[in-house]
Amino acid sequence: MISLLQVQDLHVAYISGAGKVSPALEGVSFDVLPGETLGVLGESGSGKSTLALALVRLLPGNAEIQKGAIQFEGQDLLRARPRALERVRGARIGLVFQEPSLALHPTIRIGKQVSDVLAAHEAASRAARHQKTLQLLREVFPADASRIADSYPHQLSGGQQQRVLIAQAIACGPSLIIADEPTASLDPTTQQEILELFRMLREKFNLSLILITHNPPLLAGLADRVLVLYAGKVVEIGPTEQVLGSPQHPYTHALMQSVPPGLDEPAKDRKSRLRVIPGEAPNLAVLMNGCRFESRCTDRMEQCAEREPPAVAMSEVHAVSCFKYGE
Amino acid sequence: MDRLLIVEKIEKRYGRAHVLGAKQEVTALLDVSFSIGRGSTLALVGESGSGKSTLALCIACLERPTSGKIVFNRNEITVLDEKQLREVRPQIQLVFQDPARSLNPRFSALELVSEPLLVQGRLDKREREARARALLGQVGIPQEKALQRAEEFSGGQRQRLAIARALSLEPKLLILDEALSALDCSVQAQIANLLMELQGRLGLTYLFITHDFAMAGHLAHEIAVMEQGRVVEIGAADEVLGTPNQEVTRRLIAAMPRLTAEAHAPRAV
Repeated sequence: MISLLQVQDLHVAYISGAGKVSPALEGVSFDVLPGETLGVLGESGSGKSTLALALVRLLPGNAEIQKGAIQFEGQDLLRARPRALERVRGARIGLVFQEPSLALHPTIRIGKQVSDVLAAHEAASRAARHQKTLQLLREVFPADASRIADSYPHQLSGGQQQRVLIAQAIACGPSLIIADEPTASLDPTTQQEILELFRMLREKFNLSLILITHNPPLLAGLADRVLVLYAGKVVEIGPTEQVLGSPQHPYTHALMQSVPPGLDEPAKDRKSRLRVIPGEAPNLAVLMNGCRFESRCTDRMEQCAEREPPAVAMSEVHAVSCFKYGE
Repeated sequence: MDRLLIVEKIEKRYGRAHVLGAKQEVTALLDVSFSIGRGSTLALVGESGSGKSTLALCIACLERPTSGKIVFNRNEITVLDEKQLREVRPQIQLVFQDPARSLNPRFSALELVSEPLLVQGRLDKREREARARALLGQVGIPQEKALQRAEEFSGGQRQRLAIARALSLEPKLLILDEALSALDCSVQAQIANLLMELQGRLGLTYLFITHDFAMAGHLAHEIAVMEQGRVVEIGAADEVLGTPNQEVTRRLIAAMPRLTAEAHAPRAV
């Protein structure tokens, strides 16, 4: 199958006022197939939000894409003109962010905010836009779309606001949705409802989905594949069951160990100390030769501090960047 | 077991002035009763808006319940006047969800941790610094970072600072209001371990407010489940998790993201 999105050797860095360069992403490569859901798993500072913004060229002014290529639907977004980017962003690629209350305008009714997305991308009459807005809101609020359309953001719960953002994201019939921590500010029941909504919409509209999160259990049962980011690098990528179920990279392994035991585990395993990853993620402004995880790794070897481990293929679909599995 | 905190039938109503002048009443807490044993942890679990944080404010003496009784350390605090409350408050400390917002970013670690002592007029300057340094050590902040500003610390380390600050007045009860929710998984585990270690060492009592049942099951001895201002279920952590009695408890447990095999069931394409 031909990839919908192909990212190759992407390097992004933040440049401080004094000219100091802090790399955020280094050599990130992956692809997303049509209809596929890719989970991006990373902790604070791993570069996962930088990745989301880089994909749609919305990085802040102090960030610089140093090299790489982002092929989406046959065009290289890194070389596209601003006009062309505007036709992609919000139309072919929909975006959903973490804090829906910040993303919505507080004094404009929901219906208008959804219809504005249509107005920005499609030439249609007001009446047609109004029709389509209601239709979109019905996708995410089957029961009371018209009441929601007349509401202001503050009258909605966090989960409802997130549904509005999702309606905006799918408004122009995109082929890809990028969702950055879309459920982080919601409580668990609402979280599940939003994930269920994503599941339903991706089937219905054959959407590809990039779901970015720091919380591994969210990806189980939703993502087809998982990409693990650590300190700006892809350390492991593969099918969800393999990456979460039998993680091969020492970082992924340690991360999965630090999740509190589920309720299906015997009770005696609780009330004990959780396994932790010693130390902290590295400061990327300091130049490093070897593996980014080396100082915290329990399996470290001599070459780890000297050279960067290459991506080793565990199978056709599963790759791990670690010397444990070869050069 | 000796109960450090006893909450008896408390109720909290807020009056809200309506646009047209008619007064509306909102009941935030209704007939809430429970107690926490000295040195143990009670987790308070519930969905947003169930009243968890209002309850925390009432216990921390920052809100007065409309009716009912709270007994802390054998002392009925609901009848105390403002001046007497000032004596009680230092013994009950809060740690919030987002240390980036709850700590002054311009203060150094040392200033943050010694400020409560300064405000309370305890110890002299040198003693305060020594005590603050000892507290930083207890929560695992290296001494060489004592003068670093809050904004220069990572999220996990800032939460360690918030805990050290809360401990500076030697409280008996710590209210942890979603104190782990904003942290990364691996950092959550580090802070959870720190909390357990401190509890063992200092005999602290925790009220752990969360919507994460897995962490509640891990940290707490008892779990209370709240819904619409009421405690609908309470019991030993393993019992509540193993044999939940209430619909809302079952719903919250079912909503927990899991890593188990059935979650990986292939989807129909």
